[in-house]
Amino acid sequence: MVIELHDICKSYLQGKEPIPVLHHIELTVEEGEYLAIMGPSGSGKSTLMNIIGLLDQQTSGLYRFDGQEMSKCSDNQLSSIRNQKIGFVFQNFNLLPRQSVLENVSLPLLYGGVRKKERLERAREILTKVGLEDRISFKPTQLSGGQKQRVAIARAMVSHPRLLLADEPTGALDTRSGEQVMDLFQQLNQEGVTIVMITHEKEIAQHARRIVTIRDGRLEQGGFSGTEPEQEVDAS
Amino acid sequence: MLENIRLSLQGILSHKVRSILTMLGIIIGIAAIIAIVSTIKGTNEQIKNNLIGSGNNAVDVQLYQGEYPYEFDYQSIPDGVPVVSDSTQEAIVQLDQVVSASFYRMRSYCENVYYGNTAYGGAMYGIDEAYFDTAGYQIQQGRGFTAKEYCDNRKVVILDNTAVKSLFSSEDPIGATIDINGEPFTIVGIVVETDPFEPVINSEEDYWTYMGNSAGRMFIPGQSWPIAYQFDEPENCLAKAVDTDSMPSVGKQVADLMNASVMSSDTDSDLQIQYQSQDLLGQAKSLQDLSASTNTMLIWIASISLLVGGIGVMNIMLVSVTERTREIGLKKALGAKKKRILGQFLTEAAVLTSIGGIIGVLIGIGLAQLISRIASVAVAISSVSIVISVVFSMAVGIIFGLIPSIKAANLNPIDALRYE
Repeated sequence: MVIELHDICKSYLQGKEPIPVLHHIELTVEEGEYLAIMGPSGSGKSTLMNIIGLLDQQTSGLYRFDGQEMSKCSDNQLSSIRNQKIGFVFQNFNLLPRQSVLENVSLPLLYGGVRKKERLERAREILTKVGLEDRISFKPTQLSGGQKQRVAIARAMVSHPRLLLADEPTGALDTRSGEQVMDLFQQLNQEGVTIVMITHEKEIAQHARRIVTIRDGRLEQGGFSGTEPEQEVDAS
Repeated sequence: MLENIRLSLQGILSHKVRSILTMLGIIIGIAAIIAIVSTIKGTNEQIKNNLIGSGNNAVDVQLYQGEYPYEFDYQSIPDGVPVVSDSTQEAIVQLDQVVSASFYRMRSYCENVYYGNTAYGGAMYGIDEAYFDTAGYQIQQGRGFTAKEYCDNRKVVILDNTAVKSLFSSEDPIGATIDINGEPFTIVGIVVETDPFEPVINSEEDYWTYMGNSAGRMFIPGQSWPIAYQFDEPENCLAKAVDTDSMPSVGKQVADLMNASVMSSDTDSDLQIQYQSQDLLGQAKSLQDLSASTNTMLIWIASISLLVGGIGVMNIMLVSVTERTREIGLKKALGAKKKRILGQFLTEAAVLTSIGGIIGVLIGIGLAQLISRIASVAVAISSVSIVISVVFSMAVGIIFGLIPSIKAANLNPIDALRYE
């Protein structure tokens, strides 16, 4: 299995008062799964996402990623894991506006220490896969929203991570572009990439094979849109 | 690294106005320093050139009593100072750093020299065959002394142009006869300096420092000296050194060799008679020190502007880190380590200030040229100071970029990503 969350709690300090955000979360994501985490805003789904993505650390509880206990890792180790094993897709794309599409996509490879020639080759390859091979020298500002998100997906996938984390990937897109992004996710999942996606739109969540809902920091129920039923533990 | 530099340049170019404003402090500081240093160096070289002349490298070793040159006009020939012997002359010519050496007698101001009714008030030299070459003269008109004239007590004289001007108005001086201490000498030639050197005179002070002898020079063969002046007086030595920097050492060696045969009875240092070289480099040095001390202060003032510039850079870098919080967060999410973020911002600060330094150097050079035009002060741009300036401004960028860069590197990725 890729992700194992056990009794995860998270609270933020506001002044001296700790504000709890996540309560005793139990969640496992198997290799090759396609999971949607649904919830209204303020439910703690982004916090959960950040913990899964190693951008944030839990206050208590156990998090194993790829079989490895994460709370013991140093900052640099976490950076390496993010770089090698996790791809991020954000609602607002987060592309660097002054750099070309090709440069944006090859950025994770730069941090992974890949040589320039190979970087550009692999970035071009993945851009071909998302259908943007004729846009490689464009600046992100010259692209439509759907194209930007496909660039972001290419960037997320360029170092062949095992896990793709998507935070409201269709939130800033029109329906048609959103569908294109979902088709791309489907294709990646079929190729074996594990996908965890956060959304508050039911239609989008339906593309995933399993849906969990989070409300007020608690995982409430497990729903399945796919074919393989999975045991979901709801802790409270 | 190269990637970082490329990105920095991209960033700087995309905020042209801001970048220029940020660099302004550095530009002004470096420009001021380059201009000041160039002026100092120019002035120093000018002082050195004024004293030493243009590349002739001839060292004069004269007989001194105490601190002053010995005056044969007013004093009798000093006791215990013999004519320089042939073997001493030979030893001096053989010195490693000596190109050529000439031995001559001299009176810096001579009376009783007339052409008709006109009196001459310049210097008189009794020279050997090596003198004109060593001192850098060439025949302009007429001829030089023949070998026979040098050793045969002939009454012939050669003048320089100043001497000619002081005695003759329109008539041809060649062949004319002048009267030296009652003896008639025939003018055979006129000499000029091969490489005429005009000291740069900016003030009355400069005039007295550099224009020592402008009343003209007359040359007669050294062997003929007793005809006019009754005695074979002790000789001075003019030695040409291989280069300017070896002049002090040549002067010292020559003086030592000549002093070996001097047996002065006076041990009192004020009256002691001995040969000394004119320490032109030392003289230049003390004049240079005088001008340098004021300029050192100017450099300190300019350095303050660099400090202010550095603080400006820090300020803008802090703004830039805040502005780019999202970018930093994204890069961290994509796996950029602290070191890389730190490196990126440090490189950016260093590239920014280095460019400022280079622009400053260019403006400084322009400023120096402008100063030399307006104030007629010599400037010399030193490549060392240019390199130091650019390296120094780079260091300013790194030092003042450190705090903003550390701030960027330590940003928490989620806070950074969430930043609007």
